[in-house]
Amino acid sequence: MAVEKTNNHVLHFLRSAELLKQGAEARVYRGEFLGKPTVVKERFPKLYRHPTLDEKLTHRRTVQEVRSILRCRKAGISVPVVYFVDYTSHCIFLEDIVGSVTVRDYINSAHTSEAKNLEVVARKIGEILAKMHDEDLVHGDLTTSNMLMKRGPGCGEADLLLIDFGLSYISALPEDKGVDLYVLEKAFLSTHPNTEALFETLLKSYSASSKKSQTVIKKLDEVRLRGRKRSMVG
Amino acid sequence: MTVVIGFEGSANKIGVGIVRDGVVLSNPRRTYITPPGQGFLPSETAKHHRGVILTVLKEALQQAGLKPADIDCVAYTKGPGMGAPLVTTALVARTVSQLWGKPLLGVNHCIGHIEMGRLVTRANNPTVLVIALQDIREERLDRARVRICDKLSRKNLVKLRAKIREISPCFCKPFKTIIVPINYHQNGRHSSGGKLPRTGSNPARVIKISNDPSPGYNIEQMAKRGKQYVELPYTVKGMDVSFSGILSYIEEAAHKMLGSRQCTAEDLCFSLQETLFAMLVEITERAMAHCNSQEVLIVGGVGCNLRLQEMMGTMCKERGARLFATDESFCIDNGAMIAQAGWEMFRAGHVTELPDSWITQRFRTDEVEVTWRD
Ligand SMILES: Nc1ncnc2c1ncn2[C@@H]1O[C@H](COP(=O)(O)OP(=O)(O)OP(=O)(O)O)[C@@H](O)[C@H]1O
Ligand SMILES: [Mg+2]
Repeated sequence: MAVEKTNNHVLHFLRSAELLKQGAEARVYRGEFLGKPTVVKERFPKLYRHPTLDEKLTHRRTVQEVRSILRCRKAGISVPVVYFVDYTSHCIFLEDIVGSVTVRDYINSAHTSEAKNLEVVARKIGEILAKMHDEDLVHGDLTTSNMLMKRGPGCGEADLLLIDFGLSYISALPEDKGVDLYVLEKAFLSTHPNTEALFETLLKSYSASSKKSQTVIKKLDEVRLRGRKRSMVG
Repeated sequence: MTVVIGFEGSANKIGVGIVRDGVVLSNPRRTYITPPGQGFLPSETAKHHRGVILTVLKEALQQAGLKPADIDCVAYTKGPGMGAPLVTTALVARTVSQLWGKPLLGVNHCIGHIEMGRLVTRANNPTVLVIALQDIREERLDRARVRICDKLSRKNLVKLRAKIREISPCFCKPFKTIIVPINYHQNGRHSSGGKLPRTGSNPARVIKISNDPSPGYNIEQMAKRGKQYVELPYTVKGMDVSFSGILSYIEEAAHKMLGSRQCTAEDLCFSLQETLFAMLVEITERAMAHCNSQEVLIVGGVGCNLRLQEMMGTMCKERGARLFATDESFCIDNGAMIAQAGWEMFRAGHVTELPDSWITQRFRTDEVEVTWRD
């Protein structure tokens, strides 16, 4: 009964929703759920992989995403509210951050005159990541498309939210946090060329906001060095 | 008309190929095969290459019906690869270049795979998954992108490119590149640098898989007979995967399971493939989503694996993307691919002076300035 009911919810929603984006992992729909603007993230089956593996991965990631979002909310880290989860169709119903843009689009659409705004954003990213890492939460897929800004460029101060926690996990190890930042650095600098200074600002703000930043930054430097050596092979 | 002869010997294959304006005239090759469960050591491999290279060279000229005077340029693999075999190959290339009075040209091995792949498939601007013996790398070399990699962004690249964990790939957007070193062979000394890898980092050794014709091929054959799916560690972090978990798991837990007959070696091969390839396809898909790419080309030894092709094909279909067919001519190390990359470079005005004709075990693809794509 219960399953049937939830499936009805899901089906009903998906039927009336608009496909927002097909990412690498999931389809994201936008619609209304119980009168609220809602985004649904559907981790549909990946036909290329073994069904057992697919089911395991999809389930694990859905669970992890929901868990981490809740953990963030408890710690006062801005993330969308989870309205509803259906573990049979692997759908997460999330608060739609109306009028938001990804940090990626925000940076790409910003004009050079708005360098100050970008610095504010970089500082905010540093702060929110510091807070997240201090909760021993490692995101696992930090990119500028997995961060949302509540308002577009040129509209003054804006709020920053983290999304896409499917690859996240709990760890207190500075190594894991360092790698998390390293993943972001790679994504950041390759998505937004010539932003080394901006990323430096981000890291400075991270260091200033986190109590345990020193060991993490040290690990980050180690990981960078390792990468440099290894990347020359083969 | 431009005729280029290419010498490839960066790993356990020694090949000489001749290419004339996009046509492969000849491409003979020999493979150094070691006993089951054993990798090839640099010095032994070099010894093998020394023994056959002149025969292969003669075959290449004969099959092409050419004389040394017909050759315009002598290309050889400058790296990356194993030191001793690279030296052997370069030495012969240098010698014939001087004997014949023809210009010499050092070529990056991976660029060879990519250029040959583009030639054979006529792919315009694909995302290329290069799976060389040592690594799987996904490359997308397109005019614009590679040119963007000028001095400034090259500096970024050094920072960007990395393998996060023990063995993990790296993604680098300016190149649309994922590098995943995968190696069924690795045993004894590491092929580059002579350092000892962690013991047990070789699934083929644990499962005792024959190296004839290649461990990857035999893993594929055994996998076909596998039925039971054994869950192996699956690690994807953003655009990175880590194989170290799988390798140590196979070494320890799976070893015990084999002993107590909970699963067969075939099951393990099957599960290994399912897991490894799922990880690779997943990060490829991530890269495609990230770069808005709609074409994929698999290149390199493991690229011949039909299961990988099937999985990649399914992924592409789901995304409305296109997967180019794989072909031995650019998947397995050979001389013609070096000749083809050499042909492109030579036509763009590249030559390597004798004092610069050294080899290097480490040679990043992004160190190559691609000037021939205009
Ligand atoms: N709560 C939300 N409010 C508004 N937009 C959202 C929300 N969640 C996700 N989005 C939009 O959908 C996109 C994809 O979401 P998400 O990253 O969670 O999915 P994904 O499948 O992991 O995507 P990818 O694999 O490309 O990272 C985001 O970049 C964002 O533009
Ligand atoms: Mg995302």
